[in-house]
Amino acid sequence: MYAITKKEKIASEIYLVEFEFMDLAKAASPGQFVILRIDEKGERFPLTLFDWNTEKGTIQVVCQAIGVSTRKLCALNEGDSILDIVGPLGRATDTKNIGKVICIGGGVGTAEAYPIAKKMKENGNDVTVIIGARNKDFVICEEKMRAVCHTVHVATDDGTQGKKGFVTDVLRDLLEKDTPDLVFAIGPAVMMKKVAEMTKEKNIKTLVSLNSIMIDGTGMCGGCRVLVGEKVKFACVDGPEFDGHQVDFEDMMSRGKRYHDKEEIALQQHGGVCRRGRAH
Amino acid sequence: MREQNPKERIKNFNEVPYGYNKEEAIAEASRCLQCKKPPCVKGCPVEVNIPAFILAIKEDRFLDAIKIIKETNNLPAVCGRVCPQEDQCEKLCVLQKKGNPIDIGSLERFAADWSRENKQVPINHKKSKKIDGEMIAVIGAGPSGLTCASDLALLGYKVTIFEALHKPGGVLTYGIPEFRLPKNIVMDEVAAIEYLGVNVKYNFVIGKIKSIDELRQEGYKAFYIASGAGLPYFMNIPGENLNGVYSANEFLTRINLMKAYKFPEYDTPIKVGKKVAVIGAGNVAIDSARSALRLGAEKVYIVYRRTEQEMPARLDEIHHAEEEGIIFHLLTSPIKILGDESKEVKKILCIKNKLGDPDDSGRRRPLPIAKSEFEMTTDTVVVAIGNGPNPILQDTIKGLQLNRWGNIEADKNTCITNIKDIFAGGDIVTGAATVIAAMGAGKRAARAINEHIQS
Repeated sequence: MYAITKKEKIASEIYLVEFEFMDLAKAASPGQFVILRIDEKGERFPLTLFDWNTEKGTIQVVCQAIGVSTRKLCALNEGDSILDIVGPLGRATDTKNIGKVICIGGGVGTAEAYPIAKKMKENGNDVTVIIGARNKDFVICEEKMRAVCHTVHVATDDGTQGKKGFVTDVLRDLLEKDTPDLVFAIGPAVMMKKVAEMTKEKNIKTLVSLNSIMIDGTGMCGGCRVLVGEKVKFACVDGPEFDGHQVDFEDMMSRGKRYHDKEEIALQQHGGVCRRGRAH
Repeated sequence: MREQNPKERIKNFNEVPYGYNKEEAIAEASRCLQCKKPPCVKGCPVEVNIPAFILAIKEDRFLDAIKIIKETNNLPAVCGRVCPQEDQCEKLCVLQKKGNPIDIGSLERFAADWSRENKQVPINHKKSKKIDGEMIAVIGAGPSGLTCASDLALLGYKVTIFEALHKPGGVLTYGIPEFRLPKNIVMDEVAAIEYLGVNVKYNFVIGKIKSIDELRQEGYKAFYIASGAGLPYFMNIPGENLNGVYSANEFLTRINLMKAYKFPEYDTPIKVGKKVAVIGAGNVAIDSARSALRLGAEKVYIVYRRTEQEMPARLDEIHHAEEEGIIFHLLTSPIKILGDESKEVKKILCIKNKLGDPDDSGRRRPLPIAKSEFEMTTDTVVVAIGNGPNPILQDTIKGLQLNRWGNIEADKNTCITNIKDIFAGGDIVTGAATVIAAMGAGKRAARAINEHIQS
């Protein structure tokens, strides 16, 4: 059992959840993820590590209530426990000093970009962050980002905060003025795809973090396989980060949808309505 | 052996054979000739004293029977069900010549089930009061790791098993379906091993959360790596990433570990179409095919590139599959998987084979017959062509010697690797093999680790 030591609502339907797990806190690196299981009947689902504290022995994830498992997690409170957490899984992000870096986070992906931006800056990079969200109620981590990078831009679909438009609109403006050494994008697949298309034209190295459906997270099930440079890769052990210019996003998006109808059934079972598709 | 009727059993996940009752077990045990130099024991990788336990059953001394078995085998309820006895003990039974060897597997199962149902713990397996030996780390709670850990615990060592998943058993839990090996039986046998003083830490991926070096610093004196062959192979043919194509590992893990057959009561979903093609003909393939049938598939095909003679699966299970209506497409190889515009599987393009000369495995090599391509309609494909070594742990141990397939190089008899306190065995060394072979390695490793510590 893993106890929830803190829970905080950070945006509409998005929560920060903290657990006690010293060994994991000590081993965690930016870009890595954990797999959780809420209860005996629960599925195993991955969430990226948001933050960790090696003195307190805690780890934090940010979770948006979308499917059955994320809703179950978001419904828990401080003092409650979940059955399983395993991690840190996946390869850590290479955050060495490369120069100018643009980190892009879309929706809940912003939380996942946070530890990367933070470490990139610690290692001497010039870090610009672009946060994208549907509207101002879904903008997360802005303050935390400002504390760990040089510049933060916000884009919302409806213009209720920051620039009206997508992260790619901000990126286009930035690329007109300057050429970064690396673009890092994490968020909805379609956003990462658009970012990668834009940077490919200018031949800017671009990394994306793929959140595939997975079970064990250790390379055993092969459910998370993605096509990168026309080769089959396992997002859990070969990734989750890949060269954005090589990823077959169409393939990834269609594989990501393969249980949508089942999720609908599962949600009805739990008395909810599926909101997938609107969330990102 | 009495079994569930095929027409009924394809609708449930309950165990297929019922197991002997007392009278049947005694009758079967009475057929044993009690050979002075029993050949059957030589066929057992963990050296169970077979004639002695069979004699005990014959004489209605069931507690003695399980005591004798547990002297060398800590997973008898598992082995009695999934060991390939026909290729091991039973193959060497003197009565085999007359075509009817003693049903050793079922007798082992009987003794184990009797012990569990009657809550009779053999005396030699009561919890060791004095565990003050050195700390040993075992990586992986599959059959090999469990065997090594229990033998070391019985010798008085403080053993911790580090398991990546949330449940113990390895392939026994995520791979073998309920109808062949009920999970409560696996959990009971693991509980018996924990009762010996073995500590199992779940959700612990060594190589990710901690390295071997860190465990050394914590005081562990030896390591047994039994992390298994967990990386699924694919065929590398076009269309393998389409929706509806599963690795057997994913298919079976969803069903067995995550209980997807009880969806939506359990949260993990699985999709099984009307026509399911399983590629391969090992036990994993047969398990996948029979599971698909139970999940409501109308037609389930086994697609295998060789003939029935070369099928690696157990004969019993092939027969069970045939009884249940699984259709075998032999001498057939998939060359392309075809999907529709929404990337769902629709068809497999296959080619017929003939058999050529034997290859490295000693089996005749399948050779494609020109212009014999044909299409097979299917909406689910399960790829069950084997597994390779999982690289996570090896990648983090500096200098550990691997072979060209990425398996760990370890001595056959002692399981010693090129690093003096690291031992390895089971599938991570041999490549995918049997439960009992992995257990045999666990036993040899325990012996060698004891010698290493004592020397």
